[in-house]
Amino acid sequence: MKYVALVYYQESIINRMSEKEWHDLNQECIAGVERLTEQGKYVTGQPLQPIETATTVRVRDDEVLISDGPFAETKEQLAGFYLLEANDLNEALQLASRIPPARFGSIEVRPVRELPPKD
Amino acid sequence: MNTGRHINEIYKLHSRRVQATLIRLLGDFDLAEEATQEAFTAALKQWPEQGIPENPAAWLITAGHRRGIDLIRRRQTVRHNQPLLAEYEQATPDADTDHIDDDLLRLIFTCCHPGLAIEAQLALTLREMCGLTTEQVASALLEKPATTAQRIVRAKRKIKEARIPYEVPERRELPERLQSVLKVIYLIFNEGYSASSGDDIVNLSLAREAIRLASLLAELLPEGEVFGLLALMLLHDSRRNARQDENGDLITLEEQNRDLWDREQIHSGLAALTQALQLTPTAPYTLQASIAATHAQARGTEDTDWARIARLYEALYRQVPSPVIALNRAVAVAMRDTPEDGLKLIDELASHKAIQNYYLFHAARADLYRRSGDLSSARAAYQRALALTRQGPEQRFLNQRLTQLDSA
Repeated sequence: MKYVALVYYQESIINRMSEKEWHDLNQECIAGVERLTEQGKYVTGQPLQPIETATTVRVRDDEVLISDGPFAETKEQLAGFYLLEANDLNEALQLASRIPPARFGSIEVRPVRELPPKD
Repeated sequence: MNTGRHINEIYKLHSRRVQATLIRLLGDFDLAEEATQEAFTAALKQWPEQGIPENPAAWLITAGHRRGIDLIRRRQTVRHNQPLLAEYEQATPDADTDHIDDDLLRLIFTCCHPGLAIEAQLALTLREMCGLTTEQVASALLEKPATTAQRIVRAKRKIKEARIPYEVPERRELPERLQSVLKVIYLIFNEGYSASSGDDIVNLSLAREAIRLASLLAELLPEGEVFGLLALMLLHDSRRNARQDENGDLITLEEQNRDLWDREQIHSGLAALTQALQLTPTAPYTLQASIAATHAQARGTEDTDWARIARLYEALYRQVPSPVIALNRAVAVAMRDTPEDGLKLIDELASHKAIQNYYLFHAARADLYRRSGDLSSARAAYQRALALTRQGPEQRFLNQRLTQLDSA
């Protein structure tokens, strides 16, 4: 069985961190991934860029609707995720608009963040 | 000739183009802005002694590019981080006119990217394409400078981090992306045409900026709807001297002194409309421009071709079935036939909740009741309209109408 673990936090907590605290958190995450990998429990994972880099794609009546920000419809629940390879945001939005539930739900597109190099 | 003054003129003419190209070469908005400023500073120092180069834009781009790379290098030394630079050094400044024009198009499509909030699209376009300062953008959009500054910083960060590409969309995507550029230009125009609150109905400079942007766009990308929007704005703006009396009070189209309309601008508007009609005769901006042109060609309300206007609104409604357009169609029908015919159409619209809160809906109803002689219904409708508008000149106009009814 595979499980997805979704990570949520208030970005304001991160923004208040000192550079040292932020650095330590990243290193802790790197070490955690290594431990999971050794145990054969890690499939893939990826930190994301802050919420202000998010763009939402919806398709209604065959029209692709693009808007700034994350999806804000609290009636909608998370149903799945895709990790896409794209040259830039335009290509990513194009690919996302072809995900079938875009026709009735919404797809939040966000660039990933690369973890810093290990100390 | 005074070189300093000449450089000023070159700045006005070329600074946007130079900056648009430097954004492509340096891959960063802020860096490009800094490099553009430094290139002009260098020009101010060197040109008076050495003479103005044959192709000033090319000179400025080369100088700005060099300064930009210096700036990147200096920042990198601070961060001990080398690999980034190579990428930007490979890009050689390419300053022939075609490329520079492409860069301006890249810039406007990036500023009006639908992945940015509409307010940010407006602010970025005014800042980057029109060269307004953040303070000027803020006062034009009736925002606090800090709010506008924050919006612009956020938008630039998103462009960089989410990787919004600096490119002109492919043919396939062009119609949709062009729509969002035209929407931003029209919003800029409307902000200038009727500021959404406050006392000054016509903020001349924003309307002019929007017209300038559209004429530039028409040169770079001669699509039908670009001409359509340009024509629409030129024709509406040609009435600017007739829309308000000396007290700043609103004058309706019917009561405007048409001798005050700017004939030369109407002429340019009609020329742009001719272009639009050849390319996209039934597209929304072109249809709206055709309506404005019908008014522009009439000496007064009596000899206005209302049948044609009603037909054009009908065609527009088929493309954009919004209650506001239906309202305008109803008014045109009232003018073509009788006020009662218009009222019948307006009453069909009353089921739309949104339009109930739209002051022009009640103002239009009031006007038709007034024309039909039903003064008490007119009074009630004017009062509803009055309760729904925040704009000084429009409130004064509605109050004036109420006073006229009382004395009738």
